[in-house]
Amino acid sequence: MWLFIATEVLLFGGLFLLYSMYRLKNPVEFHKASRELSLFAGTLNTLVLITSSLSVALGIFFFKANKIKQARIFLLATIGFAFVFLIVKAFEWTAKFHHGLYPNSAFLDKQPKGEILYFGLYFMMTGLHAVHVIVGIGALSVVYFWIKGNKLTPERPVWFENAGLYWHLVDIIWIFLFPLFYLIS
Amino acid sequence: MNAAHAEIASVHEQPASIRPYIAVWITLLVLTGVTVTGARLNLGTVTIIVVLTIAAIKSVLVLLYFMHLRHEKRLLLKLLIPGTLVLLAIFIGLTYADVITRQ
Repeated sequence: MWLFIATEVLLFGGLFLLYSMYRLKNPVEFHKASRELSLFAGTLNTLVLITSSLSVALGIFFFKANKIKQARIFLLATIGFAFVFLIVKAFEWTAKFHHGLYPNSAFLDKQPKGEILYFGLYFMMTGLHAVHVIVGIGALSVVYFWIKGNKLTPERPVWFENAGLYWHLVDIIWIFLFPLFYLIS
Repeated sequence: MNAAHAEIASVHEQPASIRPYIAVWITLLVLTGVTVTGARLNLGTVTIIVVLTIAAIKSVLVLLYFMHLRHEKRLLLKLLIPGTLVLLAIFIGLTYADVITRQ
């Protein structure tokens, strides 16, 4: 699992590198484009993901302490937070589309090159992150049903731990996406 | 999956109570507040350094406490993520060196 996480760090690392190069070349446009994002939505989603990270950690903690009921509650809470994150993200993206801010739109194509790059990276990176959130929901749900069906027990919690590690990774990636896209205006 | 795997799983240790988790969570919330307020102060070029430093601190907290790297006894796993980050830093450093010195 840790090896997979290392490959994920490099996957997003490549995108962060791309971001930093384009930012170096287009600092003013990046600042201006960043103002279009909703700081409120971004902050809200940061708090949601941090709390979901806590709840999956608590779920694993209680599971290993043989408190299955609490573990299942915290696992469900984590999945719930993940859906909240996606819903907020969906509202954000919809608002951007309404303002004509999406790759290759007639409006965005007329903007300076730096802003086109900024929004290209924004949709690419938050989109890839959202895919990870969806995969995380899948992994956590599988763990939930395995626990429910007694296939996953506290004696061998490793699959729950792996799903948890993956979920923390999703949180960490967002911890970096948030300042780079929302906090630079 | 056999007995050997089960033993590996049991190597993973965890704290005695949920208090460290709650403490880390509160710290993460506070750091988020600090980074958002700090970014709105218009500190200019310092902003990016401040927000990225806070992001790095938050990640280390998640890695050490939520992901239990603090209790990890296997050296390879302990060094894997720092090693990956060093590799990434080399990539970024070399690319910067190239781009900045090119006219």
